[in-house]
Amino acid sequence: MDYDVIVIGGGLVGVSIAWGLSRCGQRVAIVDEGDVANRAARANFGLVWSSSKGLGNAAYSRWSRTSTANWHRLAAELKAETGIDTGFVQSGGFSIRLTPTELQRGIASMAKLAGQPGMDAEGTPPLEYEVLDQAETRRRLPLIGETVAGAIFSPLDGHANPLRLFAGFHKALNQRGVHYFPHRKTAAIHHRAGAFEVAGDGWRLGAGKVVLAAGIGNTALAPMVGLSVPLTPSRGQIIVTERLKPFLGHATGYLRQTDEGSVLIGESKEATIDHQRPRGPITAVLAERALRTFPLLRDARAVRIWAAFRVVTPDGYPIYEQSERFPGAFAFACHSGVTLAANHALVLPRQISAGALSEDLAVFHSRRFHVPAAV
Amino acid sequence: MFRRLSDGKARSVSFTFDGVPTMAREGDSVAAALLAAGHCSTRRTAVSGAARGPYCLMGVCFECLVKIDGRPNRQACMTTVVEGMRVETQDGAAMPGQEE
Amino acid sequence: MIRDIRSAADLAPAYDLVVVGAGPAGLSAAIEASTHGLAVLLADENEAPGGQIYRSVERASDADLARMGPDYAAGRMLIGRFRRADLSYARRATVWNVGPADEETGDGAHALEVGISLGGIARPIAAHRVILATGALERPLPFPGWTMPGVMAAGAAQILMKSSGLVPSGRTILAGTGPLLYLLASQLLRAGVSVTAVVDTTPVGNWRLALPHLLSFATSPYALKGLRLLFEVHRRTRVIRGVTALEAVGSGKFGALRVHRGIKSMHIEGDLLLLHQGIAPNLNLTLAAGCDYGWDERLAAFRPAVDGRGASSVAGVSIAGDAAGIVGAVASAHQGELAGLTAARDLNRLDQGAYERRRNQLAQKLARALKGRTFIENRFRPGKSFRVPGDDGTIVCRCEEITAGKLREVAALGVPGPNQMKAFTRCGMGPCQGRLCGLTAVELLAQCRGVAPGEVGYYRLRPPIKPVTLYELAALPHTEAAIVAVAGFVERAADGAQDAKHGSQQ
Repeated sequence: MDYDVIVIGGGLVGVSIAWGLSRCGQRVAIVDEGDVANRAARANFGLVWSSSKGLGNAAYSRWSRTSTANWHRLAAELKAETGIDTGFVQSGGFSIRLTPTELQRGIASMAKLAGQPGMDAEGTPPLEYEVLDQAETRRRLPLIGETVAGAIFSPLDGHANPLRLFAGFHKALNQRGVHYFPHRKTAAIHHRAGAFEVAGDGWRLGAGKVVLAAGIGNTALAPMVGLSVPLTPSRGQIIVTERLKPFLGHATGYLRQTDEGSVLIGESKEATIDHQRPRGPITAVLAERALRTFPLLRDARAVRIWAAFRVVTPDGYPIYEQSERFPGAFAFACHSGVTLAANHALVLPRQISAGALSEDLAVFHSRRFHVPAAV
Repeated sequence: MFRRLSDGKARSVSFTFDGVPTMAREGDSVAAALLAAGHCSTRRTAVSGAARGPYCLMGVCFECLVKIDGRPNRQACMTTVVEGMRVETQDGAAMPGQEE
Repeated sequence: MIRDIRSAADLAPAYDLVVVGAGPAGLSAAIEASTHGLAVLLADENEAPGGQIYRSVERASDADLARMGPDYAAGRMLIGRFRRADLSYARRATVWNVGPADEETGDGAHALEVGISLGGIARPIAAHRVILATGALERPLPFPGWTMPGVMAAGAAQILMKSSGLVPSGRTILAGTGPLLYLLASQLLRAGVSVTAVVDTTPVGNWRLALPHLLSFATSPYALKGLRLLFEVHRRTRVIRGVTALEAVGSGKFGALRVHRGIKSMHIEGDLLLLHQGIAPNLNLTLAAGCDYGWDERLAAFRPAVDGRGASSVAGVSIAGDAAGIVGAVASAHQGELAGLTAARDLNRLDQGAYERRRNQLAQKLARALKGRTFIENRFRPGKSFRVPGDDGTIVCRCEEITAGKLREVAALGVPGPNQMKAFTRCGMGPCQGRLCGLTAVELLAQCRGVAPGEVGYYRLRPPIKPVTLYELAALPHTEAAIVAVAGFVERAADGAQDAKHGSQQ
């Protein structure tokens, strides 16, 4: 056996887990595709955001909140190991609502979310938020547009620099001697005598465990080891501006300024994965809403617009599961790879090393999609 | 660092660079006008603050970014100078919403 | 007579053909297509037609024409024909996107969409056909100090001479390789400029590669012109050969060039340093449009894949002139004509017989114009050590100030290509969008990995290929589906809000 664990996928989910596994003393290899793969990790918005998540699934709210709390440790340890600052700040986040209707909907959905059973658990930071009216929003964000109706603020939320996080993990993995194999698209996974063999065009590697972290590629890989990762087509588009002097210290749900000065404006949710070309009408709506939010950005110039495919399951919540037929094979699929990076790096790897996912992750098993439809 | 060949017959145009009245020829790009007036350093970078100046003069390198009439990050080589234009050194990244 | 498009409001919603770029290829394509009755829009970002080669030729005095030579003067006739053609011309227009028509906002009749920004207003224009004639860029020549003020591209000096009658007033040093270096040297010398030295970085071994193509070159129009140039420059200034490395020094601005020749080095003081090591196809628009491309080892550059008529891999999009591979002004014009002719044929504006006669005639002219190029390409192929800086402190990405050393550091992590390298370092993320670093970054990565640049690939380019303000983007057409995709629902004054069909939970 070449390795203890092979992680399939060198995106953010894959490298977070691989780093954690290496810290657990596992011998790890990552197999990855080439330079122009559908790489959600390079197309991340960079929010570390939990407050508004988990309506209809309290466990997801808790999982997101603990990951945000764990981010402080992740950022510190990655920096200590690599010198790379991930730029994480938990400065609080604003969900800006442009119109009274948007604000009303936001208030209703937060009330519903907060009122769900099972939102609180020991060790999980409680969900805290404030509803801000127009005047209060303006007081806290003086540069906000005059027509903005209000905002929902949560001190839980923040942001990080997703590209430096990604680079930091790769650097740390390299220093730890984890083997990274790009240009290796996985074609087959075999299970023999309690071990796994991962193979592609002209290569094969063996390991005791295998972790599927291949984003939308997981759907095809999962059945090879008795797993299931159903996904829903979802495309997101984002606008990136030139560097600007700092004007916005807080993250907002769809607009943030990176610590390098660029403004990211997101993001669409389109129910398609037919192509990754940016679309004019989406660009127009993104830009128009950004200018209603911060009119001072009128002359800021977009230098890039990109669209990428999201990893979204039919109910929008992650899949974390181990194969019953082939124990040692795990599949993980989620969006929000930045928010969840801390849990993926600090929580999941211990469970994978021990050979069992914890009870509180059972709710994220894909069997929830296999319930026969009512007739 | 640049001089005019004598055979030009275009009219003069006046503009300011960092507040200093400066002469150009009608039809000059802002970058050409600045170089003709002896300015080879026209911005400081947003990353390290290093001095830079016009490099390609054909709109591809973005080294000649300046503030023009209060609007930041304009390509000096792709803008024709006009009478009374206010040109300033681009000092690092633009501050949004600071047009005057 | 051409119709001048002065503002975005003057643009028609659709054209049969949109040509991008007003150099020899674009002008010729537009003229040819218009003579066959196509409704043509030519969009160009400069003040006047001519591209880089014929820049400002309409305003040139007799003295200017004499100084710049007959190849420059030839542009007058072409631009004269352009001015008399029946087509629309948008100057100072930035084309920032070319691609298939949007699935929602497209008119259903035109397959392509062109994003144009003019006078601070962006508009999508529909087209049946697009010809990209976006020309070439000067290849970067990175070495320590090449970013300091007082160091400029050689092409910049030519542009200043052509458009503003400006020539360097102080001690001027030219460094690099390629025919343009010697052309510029002779033009500057004729204008009375003090050219202190021409520092020629052409690898000595190039002769061996070029020699087999000497005969074809010797019988081409390039031969005599080239020899005259070399003779003139050698007679009037110092030419330094056998150069192994360069370094620009100065405090705050360029002051001197250190020239290394093996273990020896020399120090040449000067006021202005002009760099050139050949030109490479301008890839940004063709790649953003989705055109396939490949590595051309002789050019040491990427170029888009085109067939004999200039058709790219994207249906309806053709590429003509230097944008498709370096061919020079005369061949560019013929390629433009061929592309324009083909567009007219594709849209049934001339019959097959007339098309074939004209095509054959143009193909012959094109073949003649291409003669001698192989020799020139081999003879002046820039050396590897000047394409990939050996010194780790050298800035590769001028916008984001990323050094060769930083790139080597992340290359060692096993990055699969320039896009991952870009994500890790920001190399290529600045406003120039990789135009000044792309080739260097790719060749550096290829060198680190021990593979060919073609295997490494280039940046994945996306619109806008030139910065566009948010205000302009916000004014583009909206659709209800797009509002739903971004905001989750569409608000209506009368009946409240209509829910999103695809709004997904978080």
